[in-house]
Amino acid sequence: MTMPVMTETIPDNSTAPEAPAPKADNPDSAGRMGLDEFLEQATDLTDETVGTVTCDHPFMVADDVNVYYGDNHAIKHVSLEIGKKEVIALIGPSGCGKSTFLRCLNRMNDTIETARVTGTITLDGKDIYRKEQDPVALRARVGMVFQKPNPFPKSIYDNVAYGPRIHGIAADRAELDEIVHTSLERAGLLKEVKDRMDEPGTSLSGGQQQRLCIARTIAVNPEVILMDEPCSALDPIATARIEDLMDELCEDYAIVIVTHSMQQAARVSKRVAYFHLGLLVEVDSTDRIFTNPQHKLTEDYITGRIG
Amino acid sequence: MQSTTLILLLTFMAVAAFYFGRRRSLATVGGPGHRMDLHSLPGYYGYYVAIWCALPALLLLSAWLFMEPRLVVALVVQGLPESYASLASGELDLLVNNIQNLASGDVVSIEVDPELQAAAAMFNDYIGKSRQMLAGLALGVAVLGGALAWRRIQPDLRARNRVEKVIRLLLIAASSIAIFTTIGIVLSVLFEAILFFRKVPVSEFLFGLTWSPQTAIRADQVGSSGSFGAVPLFTGTLLITAIAMFVAVPVGLMTAIYLAEYSSSRVRGIAKPLLEVLAGIPTVVYGFFAALTVAPWIRQFGESVGLAVASESALAAGVVMGIMIIPLVSSLSDDAINAVPAAMRDGALGLGSTRSETMKKVILPAALPGIVGGILLAVSRAIGETMIVVMAAGLSANLTANPFEAVTTVTVQIVTLLVGDQEFDSAKTLAAFALGLMLFVVTLCLNVIGLSVVRKYREQYE
Repeated sequence: MTMPVMTETIPDNSTAPEAPAPKADNPDSAGRMGLDEFLEQATDLTDETVGTVTCDHPFMVADDVNVYYGDNHAIKHVSLEIGKKEVIALIGPSGCGKSTFLRCLNRMNDTIETARVTGTITLDGKDIYRKEQDPVALRARVGMVFQKPNPFPKSIYDNVAYGPRIHGIAADRAELDEIVHTSLERAGLLKEVKDRMDEPGTSLSGGQQQRLCIARTIAVNPEVILMDEPCSALDPIATARIEDLMDELCEDYAIVIVTHSMQQAARVSKRVAYFHLGLLVEVDSTDRIFTNPQHKLTEDYITGRIG
Repeated sequence: MQSTTLILLLTFMAVAAFYFGRRRSLATVGGPGHRMDLHSLPGYYGYYVAIWCALPALLLLSAWLFMEPRLVVALVVQGLPESYASLASGELDLLVNNIQNLASGDVVSIEVDPELQAAAAMFNDYIGKSRQMLAGLALGVAVLGGALAWRRIQPDLRARNRVEKVIRLLLIAASSIAIFTTIGIVLSVLFEAILFFRKVPVSEFLFGLTWSPQTAIRADQVGSSGSFGAVPLFTGTLLITAIAMFVAVPVGLMTAIYLAEYSSSRVRGIAKPLLEVLAGIPTVVYGFFAALTVAPWIRQFGESVGLAVASESALAAGVVMGIMIIPLVSSLSDDAINAVPAAMRDGALGLGSTRSETMKKVILPAALPGIVGGILLAVSRAIGETMIVVMAAGLSANLTANPFEAVTTVTVQIVTLLVGDQEFDSAKTLAAFALGLMLFVVTLCLNVIGLSVVRKYREQYE
């Protein structure tokens, strides 16, 4: 009995004057388009990537990489070079495949049953998807920092010591102490935690936890660090600290960062790759991407021209 | 009128009241077009009227049905001839019982005389009148309550708040049923146990080493004086529980680890329901599996290696009980492992740990409180388990730690003490309550520990 009555109000609400209903053909917002429209704008998308996918000292090279989750073709024909001592930012709307691509670089996609990867990705000239490659050994060389800080439910010390312990990096306790201290120091956390190494890692604040996770990652001495939106759960102050940290770390590591913040990409990265619907649309130096993008989609995205 | 008919009628009236209330609420604001002027959705006004119609009437009905037998009996007794007035209360109860049986046409244990016939007729007469009055009153209250509520409907009547208040009270009532039942069980066991401890000192019960509850029932009967040391029973219980845990914990935990971390979703889809089948087998079936299959097999095996094994052994009962508990341990551990955030797993894998390192060093420590909680719940299940032990472990209260001997447990002794004829003032029968109380205290402690561990674990991630 109530159903017919309920439906009567629905037209009332949807035609209410305060409800914003931007239209693409609205003269006031020329050039703006609906989000759906933007995302569906696959007509002028090709497999060709605009800009320069190559770099001076390539360390990781992805060539024609495709990822399928079951029947879903999540990444399409992506080729990209990642250089030594550089920060490269992957940007693009949600669901565009940038995190998926990131997870290909250390074979984290192996943990998903339905995921299938084709194409080649080489690390220092060797295919990381070759048969003899142990994904476990690969992940020690290609470390990863996640979106949400995920310290283990262990003490701060044990969190950082975890990696060196499982890989047998330290010969004795003194050496382990040394690694833990240096890693915490490089992550800019040592001062804050040096008197509370036995407290659980979860007792730290969000920003400290994320720096703990970075310390944990660099403790195994990787060559590449992958960061999947490392600051999206942090406040601006913690974010600034992590960005400073990335500046220092790129002296020694290649860093690939996925971010939703264009400002962050502009601040920390040397090169930017723009993904859209599983395609790598444009790659170029950060300057060029933000001042003179070649592809219309890149321009629309970075100028926020979506409704 | 039958009370079921009355309840049906009240339900029907409540449904009608709902529609009247709903319609009036819309009418007060001038039609469905103005329904936004009402404080609550129109349905709430309907429920409001329905509640006022049905609830007071139902309360009256239950109060009436509760009081009716007492009142009617009192009236009937008052109407009995002088000769019965001098009866003792026990005899009077018996007489009233007979009158009630006669009235409802059941078997009567004494000779039926005209006076008794008259009393029975009077009884039926009173009951009939009472029912008529009840029907009239209840329907009257329903109509009155409904009408008053219906009249009170105004656009600013806060019908939703009132209805939700009634619903909240209903929820409170429902949840207190479990609490009051628990309290009732504890009290009934406690009072009987106190009676037992008047006959047998607490110290003998708790620390005595012999259990032999046979006592002479009649003065001239030959029988032992009885000995109520519960230590052999508790050691038997502990022995069997320990064996069961020895089987269930490793197997269950490894099952959980395999299912949660290693198995493909297809294997998991098949294995989980199968494990749940194992949990669904009645314990009595486990019991004869233990007694007829496992126990003889263990004895044969023991003989072949030169060990003396009783045909009913603690080992057989313990092993089968362990198998029974595997699904409990594995599903609780599986839950605990799955509750560890995926971020932990990713974090460990991202640092280059193998699956096994991830499991051993990150996930199991994180899930440990949950797993421990699950195991404690399984232990209290094992302690309370009866059927398997009755059938497979025997009845002799041996004080032994040898798993090849027959032992008995607290639950088994409670069963044997209370099966068959008994008198409720002998120590033998009352001992069952003392054992029950002890068992209750032990499992309660385990459950409290288990649940608090589980709760602490929950706080860690949420």
